[in-house]
Amino acid sequence: MVPLILVFVVVAIWVVVAYNGLIALKNQTVNAWKQIDVQLKRRHDLIPNLVSTVKGSMEFEKETLQAVVDARSKAMAGGGGVKDTAAAEGALSGALGKLFVVMEQYPDLKSSQNVRDLQEELSSTENKIAFARQLYNDVATSYNTKQQQFPTNLVAGLAKAQVAELWEIEDQAERAVPQVDLSLKPKPQA
Amino acid sequence: MSAAPNLFAQQAKNRRQTAAWIAFFVLFFAWLGFGGDAALYLGSIDADGQAHYTVPWMGIVVTVIASLVAWNSWSRGPKRVLWSTGAVELTTPRSLEEKQLLNVVEEMAIAAGIPRPKVYLVNDPDPNAFATGHGPETASIAVTSGLVQALNREELQAVVGHEMAHIRNLDVRLMTMIAALVGVIVVLSDGMGRMLRGGGGRGVGALLGGRGKKSGGGALMLVILALWLVTLLLAPLISRLMAMAISRNREYLADATGVQLTRNPAALAAALQKIEASETPTTSIKGGAAHLCIADPLGRSANLKEGRLADLFGTHPPMAKRITILRGMAYQQAKTAGLEA
Repeated sequence: MVPLILVFVVVAIWVVVAYNGLIALKNQTVNAWKQIDVQLKRRHDLIPNLVSTVKGSMEFEKETLQAVVDARSKAMAGGGGVKDTAAAEGALSGALGKLFVVMEQYPDLKSSQNVRDLQEELSSTENKIAFARQLYNDVATSYNTKQQQFPTNLVAGLAKAQVAELWEIEDQAERAVPQVDLSLKPKPQA
Repeated sequence: MSAAPNLFAQQAKNRRQTAAWIAFFVLFFAWLGFGGDAALYLGSIDADGQAHYTVPWMGIVVTVIASLVAWNSWSRGPKRVLWSTGAVELTTPRSLEEKQLLNVVEEMAIAAGIPRPKVYLVNDPDPNAFATGHGPETASIAVTSGLVQALNREELQAVVGHEMAHIRNLDVRLMTMIAALVGVIVVLSDGMGRMLRGGGGRGVGALLGGRGKKSGGGALMLVILALWLVTLLLAPLISRLMAMAISRNREYLADATGVQLTRNPAALAAALQKIEASETPTTSIKGGAAHLCIADPLGRSANLKEGRLADLFGTHPPMAKRITILRGMAYQQAKTAGLEA
C-alpha cells in the first residue's frame, strides 16, 4: 500500500512541475511576441517622420518613397497571424533598406542632423525587431520542443499547449541583404 | 536554437555557486572566530582541569562584524564601484554617439529578454566597459568615452552584448557577492593580525607560557593555534586567487553568451583587438572594479601571455586566446551560412 501511495505522490508532483513549466514557457512566448509588436509599432510611427523629412530633397525617388508608404500601410492593416505579419513586415524592411541605400546618394540628406538622427532611430528599431524576433524564435522553439518531447507531451493537452509558429524570413531578397554598418565614424587608423 | 537552454543552465549554475560561496565564507568566518576561541579555551585550562575562558567572545564578535561589513558592501557595492570610476548616468543623449549607445544597450536587452539596464559613461580615453549590480532588474552597464569613440556600431554592440551576458547569466550578482566577502576577509585578517602583533601578543605569550604549568589540552591547543595563524595569514591571498579564477572562467562564457545575443562573433573579435591595441591602462577604473571589466584595466602582462602565471594571477584570460576562439566561431558561422544558402 505504502509504495503505491509513494508512486502516486511522485507522479502527481511530476505532473504539477511539468504543467507549470509548460505554462511558464507559453507565457514567455506570448510575452516575446508582444516585444516584437512594440517594436513594429515604433517603426510604423517613425516612418511618416522620415518620409516627410526626406521628401523635399528626393523629388526623383518618388517610387522608392511610395513603396515604403505602401508597405507600411499594408503592414499596419495586416492580420494577427505570425506568417502574415512576418511577410508584410519583411516587405517593409526591404523597402526601407532600398530607401536607405538611395539616401546615401544625397549628400545634403546625409549631412542633415535631423536625417541622421532619424536614420539611427530607424536602424536601431530594425535591430530591435530582429533581436525581438530572435528571442521569440528561441523561446517558441523551446516551448515547441518541450510540449512534443516525451514525457512532457502527456500533459501538453492539459496545459492547452499548441505549437507556436516561428517567425521565418520568407523573402529571399531580405535574406540576402547584408548587414550595413551604419556607424558614422571613420574607422581609426591605428 | 540551442541558445535559450544554455543561458538558463548558466543562470542556475551561477545561483548554485553564489550559494556555495556564501556557505564557504560562513564556515571560514566561523573557523576564524571560534578557532581562536578554541585555542584560548584549551589554553585557559589550569592544573585542576578548570577552564577560565568559557564564552567564545572572539567568535561572536567576528561573526557580528563580518556579517555587518559583508551586508554593507553587498548592498552598496555596485553604487560604490560606479562612484569610484566617476561614472555618470546617461539619460538624455547629447550627441549621436550617445544616442547610439543607448539604442545599442536597448537592443541587447531585448535580445537577452531582460529589462534595459542603466547606462553609465566613464570619462576615460582608454576603451573599456564593465557591468555591475545585484541582478537583471537593478544592473548597470558602464562604458568609457574612449570605447564609444574607438568602436563602430557593430563592435559597440558586441561589447555591450558581452556585458549583457554578464548581467543575464547573473555573473554580476556572483561577482558583487564575492567582492563583498573577499573584502571582509582582508579587513578581518588584517585587523586580527594587528591585534595579535600588538596587545594580543601578550595573550599568546601568556598562553604559551601557561602551558608549562599543566598538561591537558596543551598539544591540541598548539596545533589549533598554528592552523589558525596560518589561515589568518593566507586567507587574503587565497580568497583573492579564488575570486580571480572565477572571474577568468566567466569571461569565456560571457564572450560565448554575448555572441549568442548578437550572432556576430567577428565584431566582438574586432572590438577586443581594438581594446587590446590601446595599451594605456584605464586610469579611472581602480583595482577594485578590475574583475568586472571586459579587458583588464591595468593592462597587466599576466593577461596577455599564456602559462601558469597568467592562469593564477590574471583576472582575465589571455586576449589572444579569446580572439582566436571568436574567430573560430565566425568561421563556423560563415560555413553553415554558406551551406544553407
